[in-house]
Amino acid sequence: MSSIEVLPDRCVGCELCVKACLYDAIEMREGLAVIKDNCTLCGACVDACKFDAILLRVGRGEEIPLEAYRGVWVVAEQRGGVVHGVTYELLGKGRELAEARGTTLSAVLLGSGVTDLASELVAGGADTVYVVDDPALAHYLDEPYAAAVSELILKYRPEVVLTGATSVGRSLIPRVAVRVRTGLTADCTGLAIDDEGGLLLQTRPAFGGNIMATIICPNRRPQMATVRHKVMRALPRDPERTGSIVVERLPGEVLASRAEYVEFVKDLTQMVNIAEADVIVSGGRGLGGPEHFAIIEELAAVLGGAVGASRAAVDAGWIPYSHQVGQTGKTVQPKLYIACGISGAVQHLAGMGSSKVIVAVNKDPDAPIFKAATYGIVGDLFEVVPALTARLKAELA
Amino acid sequence: MRIVVLIKQVPDTTEVRIDRETNTLIREGVPSIINPFDMYALEEALRIRERGGEATVTVMSMGPPQVESALRETVALGADEAILLSDRAFAGSDTWSTSYTLAAGIRKLGGCDIVLCGKQAIDGDTAQVGPGVAQHLDIPQVTYVKKLEFEDGGTVLAERMMEDGHDVIRVPLPALFTVVKEINEPRLPSLKGKMKAKKAEITVWGADDLDVDQAELGLDGSPTRVVRIFAPEPREGGVVFEGDVDETVGRLVDELLPLLRGGEQGGRSEGVKT
Repeated sequence: MSSIEVLPDRCVGCELCVKACLYDAIEMREGLAVIKDNCTLCGACVDACKFDAILLRVGRGEEIPLEAYRGVWVVAEQRGGVVHGVTYELLGKGRELAEARGTTLSAVLLGSGVTDLASELVAGGADTVYVVDDPALAHYLDEPYAAAVSELILKYRPEVVLTGATSVGRSLIPRVAVRVRTGLTADCTGLAIDDEGGLLLQTRPAFGGNIMATIICPNRRPQMATVRHKVMRALPRDPERTGSIVVERLPGEVLASRAEYVEFVKDLTQMVNIAEADVIVSGGRGLGGPEHFAIIEELAAVLGGAVGASRAAVDAGWIPYSHQVGQTGKTVQPKLYIACGISGAVQHLAGMGSSKVIVAVNKDPDAPIFKAATYGIVGDLFEVVPALTARLKAELA
Repeated sequence: MRIVVLIKQVPDTTEVRIDRETNTLIREGVPSIINPFDMYALEEALRIRERGGEATVTVMSMGPPQVESALRETVALGADEAILLSDRAFAGSDTWSTSYTLAAGIRKLGGCDIVLCGKQAIDGDTAQVGPGVAQHLDIPQVTYVKKLEFEDGGTVLAERMMEDGHDVIRVPLPALFTVVKEINEPRLPSLKGKMKAKKAEITVWGADDLDVDQAELGLDGSPTRVVRIFAPEPREGGVVFEGDVDETVGRLVDELLPLLRGGEQGGRSEGVKT
């Protein structure tokens, strides 16, 4: 069993480990560090200790033949015969990882009547596309999709499997990870191959984006990760690329589902998918009322962007929850985020802090949003926002 | 009917900051809370019980001993019983071994008809434990549920939020559901509930109480390992314009145009470097 201990003859009581602990799990007793029950064995203190006074022993799990696993895979996502953009982005990243490992890149395509889409995945960078085309896969259902992906992994043994962190991907792939007994890292913002061991280094934000963690899966295969839309970059489509298309047939019992798909209901209020937008213009308490969202919408329209909101505006009933950005709303990372009349509570910053450029418009020069902003304008948003809309409209026309 | 609600005690994550000078965490006074999304799961369980019929709401969590306070809070809100899975052997669990252990806890209860949990926890944001538990129990799941409707035949109609609307899924029980904020409005604890919570017995189960393979628990049983923790690159100091509206707007537009026209190159911040 894994264990952690402080070596009393080496510990000098410097408290570096106490500061490094993410979980408040180390305290000082009589000048020595003592590890408490809520330690998660993450090892942050081991790295922080300059005196090698903390010993983390990691038990070794059962060995699997790691070298038997070769190739990088991308689980493609399609709905109604349209391939989701995140799939092409994953193929772009997957190409890079496959080259670093000296191996091939494959895509897995599931659905009904979807075989024709396979050539698009080749054009997007795949060397091989494994297709399961079956009426049982006509709509996304967790059980048959998880079973199909698991069967293919067990048969072909890829070393890396990437999936989009969409609603579908995040439902599907944890079931696959449990079935094939391997690790899974969610929402990676960085993926790279370790120069020495050839392992997949999976970097992701944690604690509301305040900390980054790099995670590995050393003893199990495949190494699996999900990535959000718009984080990686797709390759230019190359219709000349050649690749092989392998059609797989799976027995009916493998594709059985206890859950039954009834229907899809389109929801217009949800159509604005802020999590995927390149530009977001958000309004907060400073708008004063629901009718004033019009000026936010006008600015968003000029920029071809989506409308977001702070929790204050949503809780006041000015705009539906699907627009909420922040800790209990959506996490977004557009190229441009414009916050209008939003003070910048930490909960809001946690949801948009990794946007590329942040613009804040607020009349209070001390509002915390200015600390997070790339550019700020101190002023009355009812004057600034319409002026900004007019100016951009003229420039971008 | 037995309903199990899985909860996680989390640090109020937005309070966790990094001290840029020393590159260490500022954690003083960071409160522990019940993962906000799990509160909607508990509320939904209480509402299902209130529909009538025989139903028990059992809240379960895995974590260190101090999670007992979070479980007591759920009793104050109306949970019938609370179980804490706590053992040094569980320390360092990733989502694989956490879902394995929680599934073993549910099995020890003799199974259940419905498992409810929040769509994700706010500290890890992985959304992996719910589906993981469903797979370990080999039961169907519906994620991102914003509405549950019970049908006469014993099946449940669940609305699963998608990016542009919702899917309607019919599932037989037992099944697991992860819920979103839109599903309900959680209640506040009553005075009577608070009294009950004070006296409530919180059952604690360790590794020896569960039918588990010890090798699958905690850090040993976890396929993933954290190898490095670091602060994201700080944003460069921002530029704040004050004064005449036309002038400030003009200067802002000049700064933004390269980004809006060129796509990739504009902007002062490189965001997070990895």
